[in-house]
Amino acid sequence: MKNVFLPHSLADLWRHWENEPAAAVYAGGTDLFVKMRSGAINPPSLICLERIEELKGAEEKGDFIRIGSCATHAHLLENSLVRKHLPVLVQAIKVLGSPAVRNMGTIGGNLCAASPAGDTLPPLYALDAEVELRRQDDSRRLAVKDFLVGPGQTLIGQGEILAAVWARKADGYNLHHYEKVGQRKALAISVVSLASLVRLSSAGVVENVRLAWGSVGPTIVMCPEAEKALIGKRLTLETLRKAAVYARQAVSPISDLRADAGYRRTLAGNLLLRLLACS
Amino acid sequence: MVRFVLNGKDMQIDAPPDRRVVDLLREDLGLTGTKEGCGAGECGACTVLVDGETRLSCLMLAVQLEGRQVTTIEGLQRETGAGLHPVQEAFVEYGAVQCGFCTPGMALSAVRIIRRNPDPTRAEIREGLSGNLCRCTGYVKIVEAVEAAAWKMSNKPPEKPAKDAAP
Repeated sequence: MKNVFLPHSLADLWRHWENEPAAAVYAGGTDLFVKMRSGAINPPSLICLERIEELKGAEEKGDFIRIGSCATHAHLLENSLVRKHLPVLVQAIKVLGSPAVRNMGTIGGNLCAASPAGDTLPPLYALDAEVELRRQDDSRRLAVKDFLVGPGQTLIGQGEILAAVWARKADGYNLHHYEKVGQRKALAISVVSLASLVRLSSAGVVENVRLAWGSVGPTIVMCPEAEKALIGKRLTLETLRKAAVYARQAVSPISDLRADAGYRRTLAGNLLLRLLACS
Repeated sequence: MVRFVLNGKDMQIDAPPDRRVVDLLREDLGLTGTKEGCGAGECGACTVLVDGETRLSCLMLAVQLEGRQVTTIEGLQRETGAGLHPVQEAFVEYGAVQCGFCTPGMALSAVRIIRRNPDPTRAEIREGLSGNLCRCTGYVKIVEAVEAAAWKMSNKPPEKPAKDAAP
């Protein structure tokens, strides 16, 4: 039997964690319990963060929306600040898992699981999001793209939790698009996904663009060359095709049971062509 | 000791804190209506309602039930007094059950859909059931049953008008 602790405050958490430093920390459990079941990990004890109110909700902080790490996906889908300022994140969460998974899983958990297929990750890269990491007596902020270092690997330290996600408001963009290709419409791990933020001038010219691909590398892939190829241009099929060439060069997909590398590479470029239908 | 309300009844259970909720329900309490399919959050067979929201009992530990209201398929029946819940009645009426393994989870997801939205479209029903896999029916009859149950629960006339008939 493992001891499972359910702290109701951060103070509670630190007090307990000091005595059981090897405990695994979780929020929704939708990732941890799958890994425990398969035998991939076997922590001696567990700490569940779901009751810590300080880690929930979303608030406006200047140019950012600060989202508590233990906010569930279902909560964020209905949060007015997130819906208003971070539509690309909302689009991604809509296709994450299933209704019950979204009722349990959290944005912090999706980040800490660090799967290159995690649905919230490409939007958070595109949004220049940061993570707020906290331990008992200090806190630090890191860019999401620096926090995630490989499949399942992050820079979270011993005795440290992911307390919040700071996502820059996307108000300056007028095209927000997330699309994933999976093997079915729900409960599907992405084969390739793309989060796009585009600022188009009134004449339809790209003034700024952020692109982030999921499931095509050890972490999320961004491609400045593809972004550069779009800036100053209209979103025509020809322009997007040129940018797609750079995208296919930038990705480093693997072959697995869901798709082979070549298909993923082709798809990574083709998803960019979809912007034609959105603009 | 975990204290929670199960199907309207106060419970105090001396369960190991790391007992999965699905095991607590099935093995310790004998409520075998909740099924375990995949054990990994991919099939929805173990769906229960916790404070009215669907959750997967295979990915939740006993200690997480502390202070919560839990409804399983056994409690759905009791919720309306005698007899079946309108969702269960509609599943019978529309033939939305074949092997029955997914049915308890489907029915609880259906209840949540209708509680949140008393007049759901077929697209909204499909979205609400998207985490519950059925390998027998092809879903058409299940969607029809949920639509009929919503109609019945809204106390509208007995004949459901034909709306967005295309599947």
